[in-house]
Amino acid sequence: MSECKCGNTKENNELKEILEKYEKDKSNLIQILNQVQEKYGYISQEAQREISEYLDISMAEVYGVITFYSRFTLKPKGKYNIAVCLGTACFVKGSEKVLDKVKDILKIDVGQTTEDGLFSIEATRCVGACGLAPVFTVNDEVYGKATPEMVESVIKKIREEEGK
Amino acid sequence: MKSLEEIDEIRARVKSELELRVNENAQTTEKHILVCGGTGCTSSKSPVIISNLNKALKENEITNVKVIQTGCFGLCAKGPIVIVRPEDVFYALVKPEDAEEIVKSHIMEGKVVERLLCKDVDQSVVKKLDELNFYKKQERIALGNCGKIDPEKIDEYIAFDGYKALEKCLFELNPDEVIKIVSDSGLRGRGGAGFPTGKKWSFTKMAEGDQKYVVCNADEGDPGAFMDRSILEGTPHSVIEAMMIAGYAVGANKGYIYVRAEYPIAVRRFQIAIDQAKEYGILGKNIWNTGFDFDLEIRLGAGAFVCGEETALLESIEGRRGQPRLKPPFPANSGLWGKPTLINNVETYANIPQIILKGAEWYSSIGTETSKGTKVFALGGNVNNIGLVEVPMGTTLREIVYDIGGGIPNGRKFKAAQTGGPSGGCIPEKNLDTPIDYESLGAIGSMMGSGGLIVMDDSKCMVNLAKFYLEFTVDESCGKCTPCRIGTKRMLEILQKICDGNGEEEDLDKLEKLALNIKKASLCGLGQTAPNPVLSTLKYFREEYLAHIKEKRCPAGECKALAKYHINPELCKGCGLCKRNCPVGAISGEVKQPHVIDEDKCIKCGACASKCPFKAISK
Amino acid sequence: MINLTIDGINVSVPEGTTILEAARTAGIDIPTLCFLKEINEVGDCRMCIVEVEGRRGFATSCIQKAEEGMVVKTNSKDVAEARAVVLDLILSNHHKDCLTCVRNGNCELQKLAQKYNLTDVEYAGEMCEYEKDIESPSIIRDFNKCVLCRRCVATCKKVQKVGAIDVANRGFTSCVSTVANESLNNVNCTNCGQCIMSCPIGALREKDNTKDVWNLIKDEDKFVVVQTAPAVRAALGEEFGMEIGTNVTGKMVTALRRLGFDKVFDTNTGADFTIVEEANELIERMKNGGTIPMITSCSPGWVKYIEMNYPEQLSHVSSCKSPHQMFGALLKSYYAEKIGIAPEKISVVSVMPCIAKKFEANRDEMNVNGIKDVDYVITTRELARMIKQAGIDFVKLEDSTFDDPMGEATGAAAIFGTTGGVMEAALRTAVEKLTGETLKNVNFEAVRGNEGIKRATVKVGDKEVNAVVAHGLGNAQIIMDEIKSGKADYQFVEIMACPGGCIMGGGQPIRSSKERATIDIRKLRADCLYSIDEKSTIRKSHENPVVNKIYEDYLGEVGGHKAHELLHTKYAKREKYK
Repeated sequence: MSECKCGNTKENNELKEILEKYEKDKSNLIQILNQVQEKYGYISQEAQREISEYLDISMAEVYGVITFYSRFTLKPKGKYNIAVCLGTACFVKGSEKVLDKVKDILKIDVGQTTEDGLFSIEATRCVGACGLAPVFTVNDEVYGKATPEMVESVIKKIREEEGK
Repeated sequence: MKSLEEIDEIRARVKSELELRVNENAQTTEKHILVCGGTGCTSSKSPVIISNLNKALKENEITNVKVIQTGCFGLCAKGPIVIVRPEDVFYALVKPEDAEEIVKSHIMEGKVVERLLCKDVDQSVVKKLDELNFYKKQERIALGNCGKIDPEKIDEYIAFDGYKALEKCLFELNPDEVIKIVSDSGLRGRGGAGFPTGKKWSFTKMAEGDQKYVVCNADEGDPGAFMDRSILEGTPHSVIEAMMIAGYAVGANKGYIYVRAEYPIAVRRFQIAIDQAKEYGILGKNIWNTGFDFDLEIRLGAGAFVCGEETALLESIEGRRGQPRLKPPFPANSGLWGKPTLINNVETYANIPQIILKGAEWYSSIGTETSKGTKVFALGGNVNNIGLVEVPMGTTLREIVYDIGGGIPNGRKFKAAQTGGPSGGCIPEKNLDTPIDYESLGAIGSMMGSGGLIVMDDSKCMVNLAKFYLEFTVDESCGKCTPCRIGTKRMLEILQKICDGNGEEEDLDKLEKLALNIKKASLCGLGQTAPNPVLSTLKYFREEYLAHIKEKRCPAGECKALAKYHINPELCKGCGLCKRNCPVGAISGEVKQPHVIDEDKCIKCGACASKCPFKAISK
Repeated sequence: MINLTIDGINVSVPEGTTILEAARTAGIDIPTLCFLKEINEVGDCRMCIVEVEGRRGFATSCIQKAEEGMVVKTNSKDVAEARAVVLDLILSNHHKDCLTCVRNGNCELQKLAQKYNLTDVEYAGEMCEYEKDIESPSIIRDFNKCVLCRRCVATCKKVQKVGAIDVANRGFTSCVSTVANESLNNVNCTNCGQCIMSCPIGALREKDNTKDVWNLIKDEDKFVVVQTAPAVRAALGEEFGMEIGTNVTGKMVTALRRLGFDKVFDTNTGADFTIVEEANELIERMKNGGTIPMITSCSPGWVKYIEMNYPEQLSHVSSCKSPHQMFGALLKSYYAEKIGIAPEKISVVSVMPCIAKKFEANRDEMNVNGIKDVDYVITTRELARMIKQAGIDFVKLEDSTFDDPMGEATGAAAIFGTTGGVMEAALRTAVEKLTGETLKNVNFEAVRGNEGIKRATVKVGDKEVNAVVAHGLGNAQIIMDEIKSGKADYQFVEIMACPGGCIMGGGQPIRSSKERATIDIRKLRADCLYSIDEKSTIRKSHENPVVNKIYEDYLGEVGGHKAHELLHTKYAKREKYK
């Protein structure tokens, strides 16, 4: 098993802080994972090990839970996570074309991150802005009434800003 | 901690302060600018509007105007929505930069900003919210407080009779009487299946157990449905109050609300509401000295549709993979940690305080014989007024689509409406006059579901839509039982084959047989309903399937592999743009002469059609 | 009693009986796949669905209880069609390479396919593809065959409470996985092999060493000695269709000789050494204030478990090697000297009911001066395969006896193979050694039987010794937590990793879910061993003349220097996850 490379003490302390907010009760697993995911953008193997020990749940079970819920990821996402809504309202309004465009431009698939770590793509189910359908988000920014052209220019702008 | 008397005092005081919210003729010098803080409007920058409004008010030293962030008004298509009270002026599609003008013109000069007034579907300008056709056939009970109060202020909830129903239960009714009211009201579960709520409560009350739980299912997973989210965002205290009433009725002192982590605003507001209720001593031990204790906790979901299934939700609350349990035993007897547990969804709960206050008779007078009260729908898709609507049961689909929804945009034709999301079915035009109730929707092969209502115009391919839902189900199947884990995947493969133009006629029989057996043999509700989108489209749009199979043609032109691009020589000006953009060199033609597409070479990417300035290329 | 009708037959069953069990009493066989009585009762596979009149949807007969007046149809048109579709779907995502599958002929899925006369897979489609995990010394996982019944997961998690595997991902891509899909070798797996025993198909199997053993036998430079564990003789016959619990010692010895082993010895002799050493160790610890309670060390799955989970408690574990390791060490020292063959030229093959022994034999500690005590471990199942390959008609074999002089063993050694057996054998020796008196009754009934944890107080002269027997790692955990928290008021603990002890070990013949539900396999195999004990003339290890002679001639004192060098070992903390 490859060792996690992020094991610096600062992160460990932060993780401990998260853990200590919760009682050592197995039912807190998903709550803790949500916090870790939010804090680090993914759940590292080291974090899994700590959680497994803290709650006395086997690592296989922790892994089973992480891989069950789509919000949890085992790898860091890109600096810019582009999430295209594939909820029904957005689908009916053509969000698939937006997603296809993103995949086409970035040359990666849903759930993957570009080699430079800049972008990752996610297909989400309803971000709750059906009035703006179709919708995509870049990190927390929501783009409504989206078109393939719109997402293309958003990516272009980010690339320019990042000098890539 | 607040005594009942103190709460009564707050109610009286704040109620008079809020008179201007509900009474156009309120005698006051104050104004409230209500800005929608639902997720939709927040996405289109309503928080910036609020801060710009506040900035403009401050700069102009206006002190008698307050900016209030409310829950969802419902008409998301016109968001961000801003309403000025008491005069009830309704501004639509407001941008952050409009804030200053609203303050300067409307507030300071008393001049309504005409250009921001909302236009109805018929282009008539509407000044007041309820003048919109969108609201005319609606009856807002569950959504009653949404758009009216600031959800982050418990006082405002209290002012509009909040926690009065709880008070009534604790002081005037015994648990059986509470359950009787709920039973007599005819309220049925709003999560989809429509189980009588009173019955559920009474089962949980009768179940033996030293510890019981009350759970609120706020794992709204149907993509394109946002009723529950809006209720939590707009009136979280209604749900808290209802869960406490339920706890009192069934004998539970602990509640959990399971919310999607994807709903950050709802989660935040609900937590604020819990904290405020605790601070007031409404949640906690020995509430109002009645001896009744109730504690409430939020549990976050993490992105699994199946957790909307009640037993999967329980598994998830217990910290495990959300895999459903076999029923029986039902949660009423063996739920959270094996203890009797009452589970209702958000909308069901949101009706409870009103039912307790206004009585079973009042509630059961709304709706149809078998389905009482109202139902909230998230109206979306190819319809003008996208948004949240609450209508009495028995309203027809036609009324919702055309009267409330304002019909189909872009001059296109209605093709189908989909209710019940991935568990529901497609309803064709001939069934548009079906009254919305549990039984009628079931009879035409769909279901009430949690309230997603997606309208589709004639540009939508029903085979592709069925495939979309199956993709969803395959993605979201928990993988526990064979029929759902493998069966839905096989259904999707057959649909893909048909959409790719490789379908054979016998595939339809295979598909149907598989679908029926998955329905019968699956372990939980997700698997048992997953084939519905396929079965209902097969039932109503079989010709469309057959066109894909026999003629290798997608009548709606959505299925990429079956698309045949064709240049209309009448419209083609021979500019050559299509030729230059074709990645495979399938287009030929001389300049200023009509071009042609070589179908053998064409990969159906659609690049030519999207580039053609003369719209000469069609599928 | 509950009265119901199943397929028109009136059935009367006690309250709490499932529809499946009720149907069995009426001679109706409802098919199951994921069901494993008391371990995996989840209703996932959907094979056992039946129709109950007046109920919406099918009932899950393996879980749902029979109710008064129920009218059940187990094979109506609807049920039959749905069941056929379910089975078809299972097969559509199963690599059907039956001919080269170890479970060919003993596969629950194969039997279902035969029973339902499946001639083709109607819903063929994409299949999940996985890499085989072959890194573990004990277990091979091939999830291309997995049907996701989750019997292995339930066994590992609920019975053994190890949790090396769980279900990962969801939907069609769901799979049984370790953390991060690591090899079993790199995670908290104890190699107990109970997962294999619960697998209905060939997704899990032991690492096969029969080829290595054939090569040894054929190697003319090698003097190949085979030894067989007590539990093997109580189960090997099952592989040849014999009744469960048949004692096949004689035929087994004949078969081993026919296979070409140079000498055929009995691990039971090794077990007698273990008892003598272990009883001595216990007495020494009690006398000299050593770590008490002392815990047995015969079960390598258990040893790995404590090394990973309770490393701070390792001083409780007896330093004695397990019987076959002791015996291997003696074969390559004392016996080598005696017959005048260099230890390097002697190869020892152990036939064991256990797959963790494969791991144990390869532990760094298990050698003397760089020579491995045991070269290869094969399981009961692998031996059966070798016998079949050699064309031996096992059932018709004549009996023969183990070779001299290492073949003599006591009844005490025979019962090593069942839970409580090591304790009972050790008590027979320890009590006599402590009191200096002869036991009137050598049977210690309190430590026999299938209770997960058995506690007994034994009078030793005027003192009392408290003994505890736990089998199954889930029960071991309870005992370890007692010890850890200082609540242990006992002096001697026997722990076996496998529920039931070695007779139910991960290398034994695999019985179907239905057999496990309807036959007390453990008891039949255990009775076989107890009967060997009853019939033995010598029933106490310290009275074994061979053992005593070897101490006299070679080892010297019990627990002495030489004995320690050959017969004892040490343990160390082991990371759960590499």
